[in-house]
Amino acid sequence: MPKPLYELTIHEALAGLRAGEFSAVALTQALLDRIDAVDSQVKAYLTVTREQALEGARNADARRARGEDAPLLGVPLAIKDVLATEGIETTCGSQILKGFKPPYTATAVKRLETAGAIILGKVNCDEFAMGSSNENSGYFVTHNPWDLDRVPGGSSGGSAAAVAAQAALGALGTDTGGSVRLPASFCGIVGLKPSYGRVSRYGLAAYGSSLDQIGPMTKNVRDAALLLQVMAGHDPLDSTTLDVPVPDYSATLTSSIAGLRIGLPQEYFIAGIQPEVEQAVRAAVQQLASLGAEIVPVSLPNTDKALPVYYVVATAEASANLARYDGVRFGFSAQAASMFDNYRQTRGQGFGPEVKRRIMLGTYALSAGYYDAYYGKAQQVRTLIKQDFEQVFAQVDLIACPISPTTAFRIGEKTDDPLAMYLTDVFTISLNVAGICGISIPCGFDNNGLPIGLQLVGPHLGEETLLRAAYAYEQSTTWHQNRAELK
Amino acid sequence: MKLTTKLITKLTTEEVRHVAELAKLSLTEEEIAQYTEQLSAILDYAARLQEVDTSGVPPTPYVLPLSNVMRADEAAPSLSNAAALANAPDSDNGFFRVRAVFEE
Repeated sequence: MPKPLYELTIHEALAGLRAGEFSAVALTQALLDRIDAVDSQVKAYLTVTREQALEGARNADARRARGEDAPLLGVPLAIKDVLATEGIETTCGSQILKGFKPPYTATAVKRLETAGAIILGKVNCDEFAMGSSNENSGYFVTHNPWDLDRVPGGSSGGSAAAVAAQAALGALGTDTGGSVRLPASFCGIVGLKPSYGRVSRYGLAAYGSSLDQIGPMTKNVRDAALLLQVMAGHDPLDSTTLDVPVPDYSATLTSSIAGLRIGLPQEYFIAGIQPEVEQAVRAAVQQLASLGAEIVPVSLPNTDKALPVYYVVATAEASANLARYDGVRFGFSAQAASMFDNYRQTRGQGFGPEVKRRIMLGTYALSAGYYDAYYGKAQQVRTLIKQDFEQVFAQVDLIACPISPTTAFRIGEKTDDPLAMYLTDVFTISLNVAGICGISIPCGFDNNGLPIGLQLVGPHLGEETLLRAAYAYEQSTTWHQNRAELK
Repeated sequence: MKLTTKLITKLTTEEVRHVAELAKLSLTEEEIAQYTEQLSAILDYAARLQEVDTSGVPPTPYVLPLSNVMRADEAAPSLSNAAALANAPDSDNGFFRVRAVFEE
């Protein structure tokens, strides 16, 4: 029996579509049926755009029948709900945007659609991408397909769970402090955070504008390279996108990594890390060495300052970015009698607890008397963290380390202690602070059968080498072939 | 940069109320009590930044070396009035309707 179409990777699907083995309609229907079969357990989707997806698939088939092709023609994907999709409800996982239908589509999504991709729907996330477990969604908690009692990670938990449950061939996530890489790791898939400025943020609901990046979440490295290829590049609608050429990421994917210098930062192998995670990551580093990479001990001395820098900078930026949700132009309005009461009540009722906590923290850090001590100081320490990486990347090509100190934790385990939850991101956050790129790739399982992720880190715009090393590692192991079993 | 403010990592409920007002958030008494405790713990953690010697270190508000990205000042298509108002909780005659700014 041939394998069900929902089990295909993006490249396998494209090969089948191009060979005429199946239609985009059949493929899309297989994914929609899979969503019907498993999503009542996983709860990855906030909105399934069934009719539009099938309409898109019919168009893709018609284009192919006319002899056309495109990089993603007929490939069904899921989109994190913080990305604007014209006419399709976009909530950011927040009650304050319930019912909001954007009048335009985010550039990253638009580029996927222009390349022929089909949008299956919008997937769940922590409210405004603020969280590490998906438990901060204003709607419901997404479950980890590997163990339904556990979190999928956050904030792009719906994206990771949808791909891991094979309810999408790939997905877009966003990463402000690890929100692509952490859930990818917890759900046993590949997640890439591009360098700041590589992918347009136009149409991404802003959280921490100096940190946010959109990234692909896929079943393997080759698929991630393809989605990045389609999305990357200058966008006149986002002046922080770099106007520099986009390399052909797939072209060098299969090249040898012999002689590549990979740094192992001592600060990322700390007390408290789950033993199986450390063992799996160290074994992966050995595997990279056996493929010809040279492993070099390195030091990033300001690593333990990245988390406090992040929680000052990200919340300060969030407090300004989220000022726009005022009940006047879009979204929920409390309909209070006076102007200021309407602002206060709209925001007080519309935002969830974590979003309010971060707005409060950011407002405090920017307030008179505390600005220099918190925000000013954090910006200076940010310089030191960035310099740490610049010095290390003068010696090595990439860095290898864990994604998270632990595998997926239980739903409810950390909800009462925000600081413990924040510590989940201790290994991912410094990349956003420095603006560099990183990827999570499956590198093993713990004693409970939960996936473990290896993090490879590259310098700014170092995606080519990053993807090449990730691909070499992936192809020399079988971890990425394992799939969560759902009844 | 001289640090003129002594860090207070134990917030009072009055400070939390003040910050909530700056952020235009109506909070319940329960939320104020909870945030007073939780924000104190997080700020205490953030206070470790003070241990770092940053004398002479420039700030990084933003990681890219870009500044003043300009474009030609040319008219281009934009949202229609109807599209811009489509999600408005309240609108009137092509405008967003807001509550009175000045009280009588």
